[in-house]
Amino acid sequence: MCGVVGLFLKDKALEPQLGALLTDMLVTMTGRGPDSAGIAVYRGADDGQVKLTVQSANPDVDFAGLADTLGASVTRCDTHAIISCAAEEADAVRTRIAAIPALRLMSTGDAIEIYKEVGLPAKVAERFDIPSLGGTHGIGHTRMATESAVTTLGAHPFSTGPDQCLVHNGALSNHNSLRRDLEDEGVEVMSACDTEAAAAFLTWKMQQGANLGEALEASLDALDGCYTFVVGTKEGFAVLRDPVACKPAVLAETDQYVALGSEFRALANLPGIDDARIWEPEPATVYVWERQA
Amino acid sequence: MTVLDLSAIKLRELNATLQGVEPDSHAAFEVRNPQGGHAIAVGLNAPIDVTINGSTGYYCAGMNQLATVRVTGSAGPGVAQNMMSGKVIVDGDASQYAGATSRGGILVIKGNATSRCAIQIKGGDVVVHGDIGHMSAYMAQSGSLVVLGDAGADLGDSIYESHLFVRGSVKSLGADCVEKEMRPEHVEHLSRLLHEAEADAKPEEFRRYGSARTLYHFEVDNAGPY
Repeated sequence: MCGVVGLFLKDKALEPQLGALLTDMLVTMTGRGPDSAGIAVYRGADDGQVKLTVQSANPDVDFAGLADTLGASVTRCDTHAIISCAAEEADAVRTRIAAIPALRLMSTGDAIEIYKEVGLPAKVAERFDIPSLGGTHGIGHTRMATESAVTTLGAHPFSTGPDQCLVHNGALSNHNSLRRDLEDEGVEVMSACDTEAAAAFLTWKMQQGANLGEALEASLDALDGCYTFVVGTKEGFAVLRDPVACKPAVLAETDQYVALGSEFRALANLPGIDDARIWEPEPATVYVWERQA
Repeated sequence: MTVLDLSAIKLRELNATLQGVEPDSHAAFEVRNPQGGHAIAVGLNAPIDVTINGSTGYYCAGMNQLATVRVTGSAGPGVAQNMMSGKVIVDGDASQYAGATSRGGILVIKGNATSRCAIQIKGGDVVVHGDIGHMSAYMAQSGSLVVLGDAGADLGDSIYESHLFVRGSVKSLGADCVEKEMRPEHVEHLSRLLHEAEADAKPEEFRRYGSARTLYHFEVDNAGPY
């Protein structure tokens, strides 16, 4: 199973409600996967700062004095911390984070923040106070683990490139060979999870110059298995189902937003849903929305 | 008309109420606030009338016998799955495997249906006013599928029997599914289904598809691919 949700706002007036709306959508999908949950939100882009989300199993110990160690601003949120620094210092800060084995780097970018832990969506959202977060777009996932262990690192979303993230409902059958191929190309894949290999494939394609839509088109040939993907980038939001369309998905679009849920009930409480255009994404068809820069 | 509000009562109570009516009852019910919930109005077994105001999730009106169920919004996966008799009408769109394995009765979808519509039907009729998705009527065994719009890829894959009528285009036919002659009895049969489904279309506008019956028995000439 697994439940995936996504919300891409067109109307700025809804931006303060992003976290609350996404949380409601994700909690509704709890029955599709109780193992772990996670949300990526995009907010505060282009303020000259780069944000790095890190996670620790012992935050009281590991986050103490972290700002001084890294030479960057640190905002703790339960087991996560958002580290902010000037763009030109990001590489140095990233190197310092890598030198601390207790810290797990979840995401890097101008806008992205990722919050994920083992447990039910309601509990995870409460721990990180997700409903209070505003933003432009976000994606969420509630997991029924199939391809790898129930751990924080195995939770979605997976971010393998700057401001990129992916959530997945389904199972890929060729992720081990894909991971080997990516490693040969110098792409790092941290976990044994099939989804991270898919995320890394998209990152690799985009590093080679593909845009989001082209990277997803390429994944139709490279990935074998069943999937509904929801992908976020700094400006974009995309959906792709496998050619057999095994895994469910429902899209809704209004003048105010584009929303995706594994089931319609995830969308049932969104504002103006009664007047939305609602449809199921076609198999092997890439859907992309991008914000105007 | 009895109103059952899912924002006030639980699904189990709703279904127990609908399943508990007297066998000869012709009572009418309105279900409010379905909110895309699962398994609404399943296992009905009396000639009652149920209107669900809104959209439903998985398996709405599954295993229906005798009842008439109308969904005023859209229906999730498996609507009217394994229906035995009665009638289910969806005013909006239907998700995957609408009417799967149904043995009797009629499912009418006023909007579009997605993949695997009428998969493995065994005697029921499914009429879709709009389009249907890929692999519809897969392994169908009896009954009919009528589509006023277009059909997706692999229509009628590995079909045993049953009548498929499509007015629009068919992206591709599945294994052992072929176009067939439309004889007078088929026109008559289709005419009755269109009338029953309140569909504004003429039987002559449709083409009929069905089984070539070459997969019925194992043939040694086909052993190679195994």
